Amino acid sequence: MAAPKKRRGPSGGQGRPGRALALILIAMVALTGGMFWSGHTTPRLGIDLAGGTTITLKAEAEPGQENAVNETNMNTAVGIIERRVNGLGVQEAEVQTQGRENIVVNIPKGTDQEQARQQVGTTAQLYFRPVLSVVGSDPVPTPSASTTPSPGSSAKPSGKPSASAPDKADKGKDDKATSSATPSASATTQGRPVTDALKKAPSPSATASGSPSAKPSGSATPGATPSATPGGTTPDAKVQQQFATLNCNDKQQRANAGKGVKPTETTVACGQNSLGQWEKYLLGPAEVDGKDVDDAQGVLDQQRGMWIVQMEFTSGGTKKFQAITSKLSQQAPPMNQFAIVLDGEVVSAPQVNQTLGASAEISGNFNQKSAQELGNILSYGALPLSFKEQSVTTVTAALGGEQLRAGLIAGAIGLALVIIYLVVYYRGLSLIAILSLAASAVLTYTIMSLLGPAIGFALNLPAVCGAIVAIGITADSFIVYFERIRDEIREGRTLRPAVERAWPRARRTILVSDFVSFLAAAVLFIVTVGKVQGFAFTLGLTTLLDVVVVFLFTKPLMTLLARGKFFGGQHPWSGLDPKRLGAQPPLRRTRRPAVSTEPKEA
Amino acid sequence: MSRLGNLGARLYRGEVGYDFVAKRKLWYGISILITITAIVGLAVRGLNMGIEFKGGAVFTTPSTSVSAAKAEEIAEDAAGHDAIVQKLGTGGLRIQVSSLDTQQADRIGNEIAESLDIPARQITNELVGPSWGEQIANKAWTGLGVFMILVVIYLAIAFEWRMALAALIALVHDLTITVGIYSLVGFEVTPGTVIGLLTILGYSLYDTVVVFDGLKESSKDITKQTRYTYSEIANRSLNGTLVRSINTTVVALLPVAGLLFIGGGFLGAGMLNDISLSLFVGLAAGAYSSIFIATPLVADLKEREPQMKALKKRVLAKRAAAEAKGLSADDADGADEAALPGATATAGAVVGGQRGRRGRSTGSNR
Repeated sequence: MAAPKKRRGPSGGQGRPGRALALILIAMVALTGGMFWSGHTTPRLGIDLAGGTTITLKAEAEPGQENAVNETNMNTAVGIIERRVNGLGVQEAEVQTQGRENIVVNIPKGTDQEQARQQVGTTAQLYFRPVLSVVGSDPVPTPSASTTPSPGSSAKPSGKPSASAPDKADKGKDDKATSSATPSASATTQGRPVTDALKKAPSPSATASGSPSAKPSGSATPGATPSATPGGTTPDAKVQQQFATLNCNDKQQRANAGKGVKPTETTVACGQNSLGQWEKYLLGPAEVDGKDVDDAQGVLDQQRGMWIVQMEFTSGGTKKFQAITSKLSQQAPPMNQFAIVLDGEVVSAPQVNQTLGASAEISGNFNQKSAQELGNILSYGALPLSFKEQSVTTVTAALGGEQLRAGLIAGAIGLALVIIYLVVYYRGLSLIAILSLAASAVLTYTIMSLLGPAIGFALNLPAVCGAIVAIGITADSFIVYFERIRDEIREGRTLRPAVERAWPRARRTILVSDFVSFLAAAVLFIVTVGKVQGFAFTLGLTTLLDVVVVFLFTKPLMTLLARGKFFGGQHPWSGLDPKRLGAQPPLRRTRRPAVSTEPKEA
Repeated sequence: MSRLGNLGARLYRGEVGYDFVAKRKLWYGISILITITAIVGLAVRGLNMGIEFKGGAVFTTPSTSVSAAKAEEIAEDAAGHDAIVQKLGTGGLRIQVSSLDTQQADRIGNEIAESLDIPARQITNELVGPSWGEQIANKAWTGLGVFMILVVIYLAIAFEWRMALAALIALVHDLTITVGIYSLVGFEVTPGTVIGLLTILGYSLYDTVVVFDGLKESSKDITKQTRYTYSEIANRSLNGTLVRSINTTVVALLPVAGLLFIGGGFLGAGMLNDISLSLFVGLAAGAYSSIFIATPLVADLKEREPQMKALKKRVLAKRAAAEAKGLSADDADGADEAALPGATATAGAVVGGQRGRRGRSTGSNR
């Protein structure tokens, strides 16, 4: 600590306590104004106070994929879950990552908790399954219309083999199998390796619907999927039955189609064709996994001027993909298609004309949106993550309101007790403490209100606790300062010098201890999960505000009031009465050492 | 009040006070005893872990006329094992069933709703998988570790390593006491408890830091005087900041007490209660440790420094010399002060300093 002379200069804020006070008042007014202007006059309440459901999921990497739990994958998963939850028609549901491996889903009150849990809890699963049969739910002849455009589009690209070839070639490099890269290149030459897939799918389905030869397709399965054999005959019959009765136009049936089916089993699923009509599919066991897809994206093929979806497979995926495409390409429609199934729904069913390898593209009737969407789905499905439900908390609005009330009452009691203690012990000085607490409260409240819309901060019960605990921390700073002032007075100083001399020393103590508090809050916030974070956040925020308030409000106010009669005159009730404080009479003997402390505290 | 104020003044001047540092062996002994008790308690009784750690569910019903005993029966029937049911201040029930996974919990929730004839929607439920608490606890340990390392580094820079070490020991000590009380009394450990426990970290250190700050200040030029040894200065400083420490602790405890009262009395149980209970216990332990453990420890560590040893020798030699000359303690002090005006922290004498200065100094100040 530098010499007091130095200190006295700046803290000779004695001259301009008004400025600091004006500054903080302006800040308070601005924040309050901002709060009203933005229309968010109350802090956003967390689920536990407002009612609703919170689901916490933990990501679990599959064996051998331990690195899979990373930020990118988590964010992608958040995207998927968000889509699912919002698909329920939930307003303001929020999905966030928390910590490194958790995803927290907050669903406000009034939504079907059961359904939400079902949707959220299931893993994003993407499979490529061979199509055994396709039936349009309502066999409309219109699909033929879609048939026409797709050949059109396929005809055009087939003219430009060279264009896509280099593209593939440089993609082939990240794949170990050069041989497989080559075929894929040649495949592209053909137009669309995984041919004019997506959009073409509807048309065969229309034809297929004419001949619902579901059974024969079942017999075709063995050829396509030797792995299915353990599945045996019994499930097949069951699946046939399911397939026959499935009505994809029914939302409920659609959602439940193929629920709980293992990837190794034959299953049924629904999918939409390019006209938005629902079709039902009978699908063989999964041949390729979502995680076999290395990357996929919707891109604009400059040469052909059309949107396509490019896929690249991992080395393992390449082998599987080669196997399935070589099999499928031998089949007659509709069994030359494979269905891309995400969460039990067919998102695309491209036809295959030939064996494909490490990379492939799906072309057809895409526009930018649909191409990018399929690209995303394929990438999402590539997530090697599954999620496990860690906790589900559903709080009714009634209980939430009660808890909020309890929290507020507790806060009020705590505040009242602190104020009573301060008044009894510090008398007049407590006025300054109370005003400072009020300033701190205004700042905390407005900032919390504004943080709701700004960063999605939601006040939950632990956060309320944090705010209440913070009353104590804030008041502690005043106590440190007041005790310092009183010590100075005990040494025989008059108030104004005492106020100024006490400040540098109190300031250091306050800063050091607030720093420790803040450090604790910051560490808690960073390393913890769930409810702890709300608590840590409030604690950190209020600690910061404490510093601001003490520097810009308490100290200047003290300086200002020290000039006044009540405090300046050290009125018996001011809490600064030298007699009550047992100040030393200004005798030489006792004053000497007091003065001599100057260099020390410096 | 004025009495209290005077006490503050006399403490500040060192006219009255308590020799915390000299009796440190006693405090260490007490603390070791507490620590052993805590460890034994932990080993024998273990901790009463909440459902978050075992997996399970808590259902909170709206106000109902069904008695707690009846509800317990219903819940036990549904779950097939023990359930804990409490009547809440709101007239509702809090039904806790442990050792379930989230799927089972869901089913039991529906059964309970049916039996109590309350729509499932009106029941608040908290379903927790068995690994959730573990995850929270793991994170908490990480947090604890990171925080301790950072804080030791910070304190070592802001003060010195001896103080950092002492603060750390005091901190561990607080946590031990808190955990010990939890295991002995059998309070339930929930994530709320963990939150509270982690908060104690910051708070206990807050107290310690306030005390150390005063100590650092008063021991700054310690080697330039020969009146007091480090331990004596430390004790002086401790007494001087005693009022402040007590006040900050009381003020910190008051809001927590409010929380505890409301959390326990009104809501029966739950997050509010869990956080405030561990905070309350921890804060009280923190206040004790910063006064009785942290400062004496620093003094102990400091006295090992060659400089401080030399100082102690000088101080004792001087005192012996003064006695040999037959001077009264008063005279010796006076002479000392004249010779070394800037030497001591503030006027007065060390209380409990070996020479029984208390009487003298109180007298002279009157």
